Amino acid sequence: MALTGVLRPGHAQIRVLDMAAATKFYGDVLGLVETGRDKQGRVYYKCWDERDHNSLVLRQADQAGLDFFAFKVLDKATLEKFDADLKAYGLKTERIPAGDMLETGERVRFELPSGHLIELYAEKTQVGNGLPNLNPPPWDLKNSERGIAPVRMDHCLMYGPNIDQNKKIFMEVLGFYLVERVFMPKGGPAGEAAIWLSCGHKSHDVAFVVHEQPGKLHHVSFWLNSWEKTLRAGDIMSMNEVPIDIGPTRHGITRGETIYAFDPSGNRFETFAGGYQPYPDWIPTDWEFESLGPGLDYPQRKLHESFLTVLT
Amino acid sequence: MYQVMLEETGESFQCNEAESALKALARSGKRGIPVGCRGGGCGVCKVKVVSGEYSQTVMSRAHVSKEDEANREVLACCIYPRSNLLLRVIGKLQHVVRR
Repeated sequence: MALTGVLRPGHAQIRVLDMAAATKFYGDVLGLVETGRDKQGRVYYKCWDERDHNSLVLRQADQAGLDFFAFKVLDKATLEKFDADLKAYGLKTERIPAGDMLETGERVRFELPSGHLIELYAEKTQVGNGLPNLNPPPWDLKNSERGIAPVRMDHCLMYGPNIDQNKKIFMEVLGFYLVERVFMPKGGPAGEAAIWLSCGHKSHDVAFVVHEQPGKLHHVSFWLNSWEKTLRAGDIMSMNEVPIDIGPTRHGITRGETIYAFDPSGNRFETFAGGYQPYPDWIPTDWEFESLGPGLDYPQRKLHESFLTVLT
Repeated sequence: MYQVMLEETGESFQCNEAESALKALARSGKRGIPVGCRGGGCGVCKVKVVSGEYSQTVMSRAHVSKEDEANREVLACCIYPRSNLLLRVIGKLQHVVRR
């Protein structure tokens, strides 16, 4: 089997200011499937075609933003190995016991040099995608067309300092590879202003942009199967007066078709389709900071101010 | 319908009780307050309400402390006029990469 180690993004826990408004948005407008509520009041969701119990967890708080972002690893032995490897690398790890999150096994948590909490876990109950396992139809009328109805939680873009150190951890310890990057502006210090990293065959599973403040969320992204679905998502956002940031358009970086928009607490999310499928042996694609405009919004070639300034 | 005026520019626009000052500004096609998440989370549209009455929805404590609130320093995306308003823009866009 080719896909080992870190399999994919597993869950994001997002802070919301008003749970009633948040559940109306994530449940009815984005059209995620609610799978549970725990004693702490957290609300759990999955995208319709995901098999595991949850991929998005909402927690009511007095500040918006990201609590943590997690990846599922192959099995418990892999989890133990990553915990040991992270410690050997010099990072402090913490064990969150099984059951802290509904239907989710033990998690290994560590803090990135950018100030973000990352978790790894091996076990989460497979509740299925609502279709029968034997002779299934390709989609159903209950959840796969309700609201925007993304297929999966796809990736996360985080902003913070020390992204060069983040890159080393993801590449040297967790087995990710660099797919694309943006260099720092000319005439200043050298280095990378932004990086897109993959653990499989996707254009990215996680990305970072350099920023002075640690631990910031730019967006959690949700996968759609086509450009047409992206346009449909834009229509549904407008029908519900969801504030759109950028799009529908196409990124130059990753070539993905995109809309950036905001949940009712101001956390940015993305509906994302297309792009391409890289391999780990490919040479990364490079962008000059001076071309970040088309990198972000290829048709308009515009460096939208909000891309670098509006965060939670 | 109330009148909302920006102190620095003297720009003014109409806003009804059911829409936020920021939404009304955007709808008017005028400029003057940075537009961010429009959900009380990112803080870029922070204003001081120099005069006038308003109601408000929940805002992130990362950007509006209790003291700010008492001092009428709030987010334009989360305030709804109950009279004519005079606003001073205090929010700023923090660029991540210095150029």
